Amino acid sequence: MGDNFKTPQGKITRISGNCIALIGDDIDTDRIIPARFLKCVNFDSLGNSVFEDDRKDLNGTHPFDLELNKGASILLVNSNFGCGSSREHAPQALMRWGIKAIIGESYAEIFYSNCLAIGIPCFTQEKRVIKKIQEEAKKNILSFEIDIAEKKAFSNKLEVDLLIKESSKKMFLSGNWDATSILLNNSLLIESKINELPYVNFNANNL
Amino acid sequence: MSQNTLFDKVWDLHKVADLPGGSSQIFIGLHLIHEVTSPQAFGALKDKNLIVKFPSRTVATVDHIVPTDNQSRPFKDNLAEQMIDTLEKNCQAHKIKFFNIGSGSQGIVHVVAPELGLTQPGMTIACGDSHTSTHGAFGSIAFGIGTSQVRDVLASQTLAMNKLKVRRIYCKNILSEGVFAKDLVLHIINKLGVKAGVGYAYEFAGPAVSALSMEERMTICNMSIEGGARCGYINPDDITYNYVKGRICAPKKDNWDKALKWWGSLVSEIDAIYDDEVEVDASKVEPTVTWGITPGQSIGINQRIPKLEDLSLDDQFIAGEAYEYMGFKPGQKIMNTPIDVCFIGSCTNGRISDLRIAAKIAKNKKVSPKVKAFIVPGSEKVAKEAKNEGLDLIFKEAGFQWREPGCSMCLAMNPDKLTGDQVSASSSNRNFKGRQGSPSGRTLLMSPAMVAAAAITGKVVDVRNLI
Repeated sequence: MGDNFKTPQGKITRISGNCIALIGDDIDTDRIIPARFLKCVNFDSLGNSVFEDDRKDLNGTHPFDLELNKGASILLVNSNFGCGSSREHAPQALMRWGIKAIIGESYAEIFYSNCLAIGIPCFTQEKRVIKKIQEEAKKNILSFEIDIAEKKAFSNKLEVDLLIKESSKKMFLSGNWDATSILLNNSLLIESKINELPYVNFNANNL
Repeated sequence: MSQNTLFDKVWDLHKVADLPGGSSQIFIGLHLIHEVTSPQAFGALKDKNLIVKFPSRTVATVDHIVPTDNQSRPFKDNLAEQMIDTLEKNCQAHKIKFFNIGSGSQGIVHVVAPELGLTQPGMTIACGDSHTSTHGAFGSIAFGIGTSQVRDVLASQTLAMNKLKVRRIYCKNILSEGVFAKDLVLHIINKLGVKAGVGYAYEFAGPAVSALSMEERMTICNMSIEGGARCGYINPDDITYNYVKGRICAPKKDNWDKALKWWGSLVSEIDAIYDDEVEVDASKVEPTVTWGITPGQSIGINQRIPKLEDLSLDDQFIAGEAYEYMGFKPGQKIMNTPIDVCFIGSCTNGRISDLRIAAKIAKNKKVSPKVKAFIVPGSEKVAKEAKNEGLDLIFKEAGFQWREPGCSMCLAMNPDKLTGDQVSASSSNRNFKGRQGSPSGRTLLMSPAMVAAAAITGKVVDVRNLI
């Protein structure tokens, strides 16, 4: 975090780090980063404010404040994580705190695509498996090595199968998750598409 | 896989290419931007040395951070001033049309685009805001995106996306007197759950939906995202066309006839195939109020807050959190819950018809002395129309504060906030922990009519007894 922070670039094939378990369903993006921190014109300072209100409320016992989780980079969550607002500030805040990958039961759609767009792979597994690794990570330091191509996470004791959308997997492995240049490769197709759209024609000069 | 639905037709028309990896490149017909999620996107364009590909397909307004008491510049809040200033500069530099404060057309982005006639059937619409689903009310495919995707739309007018499945939500019968679109959508989210829509577009259909006005349809589609669905839509019909006709950005003369013909061809076919279909009986819906910390945790006004054992295992964890945060006991009635703050506004329920129904209830009555109540029109146009009809005076005489347009206390990025553990009756869309600006503030979502009734009585009541 801080001055040393670098956004991910290029191919993402392996991620290793300690896990941090965050228990709860439907954890929304207002909780991940409360709206008052959206008053900014860049994402740089968001890392310190991640889960600000939840952490204050728990007075040092929130997972993001525990000594055990210091320096962790793989977040373990439950279902519908990141629901609510489309604010990319939420995954940006997690990333700037140090999160590099997320393993959970399920994700809200916009949160998932925001994570994909900034280079945070989100893996899924069934409730039973997630619960087991969360329990493990709550007791002791659990260090995972995630192999995206193999769709597996390894620790000294555990080998966990992970699920990820095939299209997302390919994007991370090829480095195409940063979509802008891929989209612009099709500039000619984009220009011919705009001329095919009936409403572009019948709305010309309306604004 | 769905076939011959409006969603399929609009998706296929806008598909530019298949991308390596299996997703699709989709052309975005209308891109809406505001001050919160766009600055970093413009910053990224600059870093990458890119230009805005089709500046005329992006339209901007300012809504999230604007104060609603005094909108003179510079804003008192330096950060808010910096955000609006950045948007002004970005729009100017990239030749993007910007509806600023005082233009007569500023307001919440999802109120402004429809009232200008920018939102039309058959379009793909994206905006860095999750409630972009609102525009689906017109039979467009509209969805919220994050800032990196805002960058992609600015740079290429396209997005990389996976095709959604389509679930038809058939609402049979019609809503009864004193029950509104907000009640119906809260009811649907409660029945299906807040994550049921993940991976789906929702098609709202059936007689209860066809009977709704455009503004009510926008309320329904607006809250698709609260049910997990990134987009929700309603097939266009005469109600849609009559709403669009004559608006400043609507097709004119010969073009209007061309548009009508094309729009009609987009409607889901009778033999369309859906990935899933569910049915809801609209006649059974009561005025609905949320009691918890997700929009799915709602009950009819005459029901009791569910006990843990009444809920599925999946819903129990979040229910436990909700009892604790809200201070409600399982099995308790929601009726007569005391209210501290009443908020009528937002992209869900800040339109003229919302203010009309609230004014009807407030007329010749007084806001309870225990309650702070305020009205935030969704746009400058809504405010003007309300003033023309004298609604502002009705509200002021009743003791409501009449404010300037903006998102306001829906997400409390401006000075309008709950304090401490105040309980708010709110016509907005989210009752998340801390959503209305106080980390311990509590939000009960309901229709604008129900909020007005709560303002007058100082507690949660059945608005049907006041109409």
